[in-house]
Amino acid sequence: MNVLVCVKRVPATGGRVTLTPDARAIDTSLLGFTTSPHEECAVEEAARLVEAGGGTSTVLTLGPEAAIEQLRDAMAVGIERAVLLETDGTEWGPAATAAAIADAVRARESADGEPFGLLLFGNEAADSADYQVGVRVAVALDRPCVTGVKRLDVGAGAVRAWRERDGAWDVYEMPLPAVVTVREGINLPRYPSVPGRLRARRKDVERAPARRVPVADAVLTRLRLPAQAEHRVEILGTGPEAVPPVVEVLRQLGLVGR
Amino acid sequence: MILVIAEQDAGRPTALSLEARAVARATATAAGLPLEAVELDRDGAPPGDRAAALGRLIAVRRPLAVIGPGSDSATELLAHVAARAGLPLAANITALDVGGSGAGRPLQLTRQRWGGTLLEDATIEAGPALFTVAPHAVAAEPVGTAPEPLPVSLDVDGVAGDGLVRLVERVPMGTEGVALEAAPVVVGGGRGVGSAEAFGMLDELARLLGGTVGVSRAVTSAGWRPHREQVGQTGARIAPDLYIACGISGAVQHIVGCRGAKRILAINTDPDAPMVAAADWAVIGDLHALLPPLLEAIRDTR
Repeated sequence: MNVLVCVKRVPATGGRVTLTPDARAIDTSLLGFTTSPHEECAVEEAARLVEAGGGTSTVLTLGPEAAIEQLRDAMAVGIERAVLLETDGTEWGPAATAAAIADAVRARESADGEPFGLLLFGNEAADSADYQVGVRVAVALDRPCVTGVKRLDVGAGAVRAWRERDGAWDVYEMPLPAVVTVREGINLPRYPSVPGRLRARRKDVERAPARRVPVADAVLTRLRLPAQAEHRVEILGTGPEAVPPVVEVLRQLGLVGR
Repeated sequence: MILVIAEQDAGRPTALSLEARAVARATATAAGLPLEAVELDRDGAPPGDRAAALGRLIAVRRPLAVIGPGSDSATELLAHVAARAGLPLAANITALDVGGSGAGRPLQLTRQRWGGTLLEDATIEAGPALFTVAPHAVAAEPVGTAPEPLPVSLDVDGVAGDGLVRLVERVPMGTEGVALEAAPVVVGGGRGVGSAEAFGMLDELARLLGGTVGVSRAVTSAGWRPHREQVGQTGARIAPDLYIACGISGAVQHIVGCRGAKRILAINTDPDAPMVAAADWAVIGDLHALLPPLLEAIRDTR
C-alpha cells in the first residue's frame, strides 16, 4: 500500500513567545523549526506501515522552501519520497491548504497510476490548530476519514481506526483508500540514525508551486499575548528542610491528616 | 439567527456545550439575533449523516454563525459540514462579534493558537461561518439562568452521508486507578526525575494523596512512561485541586495542559524555571533528596 503523510513546519517554541513588530507572526529570529508533534507520529506510522506491508511512503508539506528541512527529517526516519508544495512563506488558511493538497494528491495519483491507500495527517497543527485540513482533503477526494486516531490496524482493503472517548476506545472500520488524522501516542517516533540523516540529505525533493484557489478562510488581523494574572510563588525551602512546610501545605488542602 | 450545537450525555448538555452556548448567547444578544439549538447525542456515531443533515439545515435556515463546543466529536462534525458546504470554520474561538443587522459585513473573532498561549484576532466572511469554542476558556452558561435556545430538530432521513465509516466496536481501555483528567491530585514528573525507576517515588506520593501520576513530553519521548499519562498541548488537560510538578521545567506546551490546576507546587533545582514561576509554592532543590523524607512524613500522618 502506498502511504502519503502530510506535515507542517512550525516554530520550535518552548518559552515565552515574542511577536514580530506588526503583530502578525511569532518572531522566529531566535527560534528553530520542527514538525508538529501529531505529525511526527503520523510520519512514524507511515514508515511502519510501509516497512510492515510494503508499498511506498511519501511525505508532503505546503510551505516555504525552508520546509525542506522537515521533509528531510521525515526521510531520515525512513520515508522514501518528498514533495514540497511551495508557498511564498505567507500563512495559508486551512481551506486553501486543503484544496492545494487535494490537488497535489490527484496529480500524484494520476502520475503514479494508483491511489494512495492511506493519507495520514496530524489531528491538528501545533501553531494554528485548525482541526480541519485532513477532513477537508478527505471530502474533496470523496474518501472516508476518521480523526483523532491513536491506533491503526490495516487489513485487506480496509482499516480499523481506534480513538478514545470517555475512557474507552471507539473502533471504526472503513474501506481503503481512506484518510486518517492521528494523535501523538499512536506510536513512539524513532530517533533518526546518522546514516538515515546522511541518506536523507542526498535525496531529491520534488517541488511544485502550491496552487491557491479562492476559498473562505478566517483572515488574521493580529496576534496578541493573553493578559497574565499577577502571581507570586512562595519558596518553601531548598532541600529536606522543606518537608514540614510541604506537609503543612498538604494539610491545609485536606490531603493529609493531623 | 445564531445556531448553537449542543452535545448531550444522557440527556444533559455537556460542560463544553454550555461553554459554546455562553459564547453563542453573548454573540446573539449583542447583535439582537435569535438563538436556536441543535441537540445531538455524544454517542460516537461517525459524522457523515449528521454532517449532511446539518449542511441541509444550514442551507435552509441560513444562520449567520454556527457555534459548536470544542469537543473532538463536534469539531470533527463541523469540519465535515464546512468541507461539504464550502464554508469557513474557525476552531477554538473565545469571542465572536457579528455586529448589528448589517449583513455582508465580515464577522470579528478571537481564537486561540498554540494551546491558548497566543490569541489571534481575525475576520471571517459570513456565508454562513462555522465555529468551535475553545475548551475551558470561557465560563459555561449555567442551566436555567437564561431562556433555553429554541430547539431545531436535525432530520437525518434521506441524507447522503458517506456511509463508509462504521463504528464497529467499543473496547474498554483496561487502565486502572484515577483518570488523569478527573484526578483531585496529580503528581507530575519531568526530565528531572531521571529514570523510569525513580517514578516509583512519584507513584507512591500520588497513591498516598489519592491522586495519579502525570508526565511531561520529555518523559514519554524517553519511553519512561506511557503517552496516556502525558499532560500538555498534545496530551491531557488536567484540572486537579493540586498539581505537584517534580523536575518539570515548564515548556509552554506543558503549562497549557496544567493551567487548569487550582494550586501548583513545583519541585525544581532551577529557580528560574517557568514551572516555578507558574507555581503557588516551590521547593528549589533536588526532588531525589526531598521525596523520600516527604513520603515518610506523609506516612507518619496516617
